[in-house]
Amino acid sequence: MNINMTLIGQTIAFAIFVWFCLKYVWPPISNALHERQKKIADGLDAASRANRDLELAQERAEQTLRESKEQASQILEQANKRSAQIVEEAREQARAEGERLVASARSEIEQEVNRAKDELRAQVSYLAVMGAERVLEASVDEQAHRKLLDELAAEL
Amino acid sequence: MAAGNEVSTTYYIQHHLQNLTFGNHPENGWSLAHSAEEASEMGFWAIHLDTMGWSIAMGLLFIWIFRKAGKMATTGVPSGLQNAVEMVVEFVEDMIKGTFKGHNPIIAPLALTLFVWILFMNTLKIIPVDYFPVLFSKLGVDYMKIVPTTDVNATLGLALGVFGLILYYSFKVKGVGGFAKELSLTPFNHWALIPFNLLLEIVALLVKPFSLAMRLFGNMFAGEVIFILIAMLPFWAIWVLDVPWAIFHILIVVLQAFIFTVLSVVYLSAAHEHH
Repeated sequence: MNINMTLIGQTIAFAIFVWFCLKYVWPPISNALHERQKKIADGLDAASRANRDLELAQERAEQTLRESKEQASQILEQANKRSAQIVEEAREQARAEGERLVASARSEIEQEVNRAKDELRAQVSYLAVMGAERVLEASVDEQAHRKLLDELAAEL
Repeated sequence: MAAGNEVSTTYYIQHHLQNLTFGNHPENGWSLAHSAEEASEMGFWAIHLDTMGWSIAMGLLFIWIFRKAGKMATTGVPSGLQNAVEMVVEFVEDMIKGTFKGHNPIIAPLALTLFVWILFMNTLKIIPVDYFPVLFSKLGVDYMKIVPTTDVNATLGLALGVFGLILYYSFKVKGVGGFAKELSLTPFNHWALIPFNLLLEIVALLVKPFSLAMRLFGNMFAGEVIFILIAMLPFWAIWVLDVPWAIFHILIVVLQAFIFTVLSVVYLSAAHEHH
């Protein structure tokens, strides 16, 4: 092993390689590494944020669902109540209508009866006069006995 | 074992541990060394062509792979090469976060370069020891030692680069006065002990690059020697020892690159600290 100029040559080569590495090799690789590191960190960050957002959204969805369920049941209850009310009202109306019908029928019947009675009265007075004529065989002055007969008919 | 056989064994080992040296020989002038003696006669003004060539090739491979990954780096889902490169980058980044206390944009690329470059240079060791020496001797080249980190020049060169940075940042962050104070007043804060402190601290400072260089070199060189020794077994028996040793070296190769890098970062961190 002889110490010679190789020593100096090696030192020069070393200096040049270090310079080249410093200038052209280290920066791009190191930059890419650090940028990727940042990118991955950002990605992880975004993922955790998205997770949190998802949780929030799920919670909100659940709440909305719960609210809408409540609303639906409320609406259903209202509808039930309303339908019962309507049925009740209809029943009431029907009863009133029936009563009204019955009343009108009754008054009609009464009228009819009255008219029949009047007619009957008129006929009775006529028949009575006819009968009396026949019985008496004589003419009875209709005018003279009119008042008497009317009184008789009114007593019927 | 016959005497001739012994000589050839010695020659084989020496041959595999000899770098391809180009330098100023006192007699032959600027030329390639044809023997270990010639190489050592060249003294300091010589250069190991194989060490330089292979280490620069590995450095370029590192630059090419990582530059390619850097160019196609996206913030999206990474694919094959990008993934692997990013793993290494993150590994280095984590290591620095754990050991480097100050703030300096040069540390991370420095550590990445050290780690990957040394790792690639060390990994050449897994290639069987005979392949390249034989291939190059066919091409007329006498010596070819392909693992640059088994050459003390390479590891010491790296360590000196780190040492230079340690000195630079020590002066820059602490100032000349601060650095001098640190050297003279620790560990014993008393004026009478300044010479002792200075001696201690300067030795500790100078030992840093040497310990870095020697640790890596020693591990790799020793491993290489074992590989060469194993390679001298009969061909049918080599795998018995070679495979476990190579598998063990997958660990050593990464570990040594890691240790060199971590210690460099620790030393530089200390250079950035105020007292």
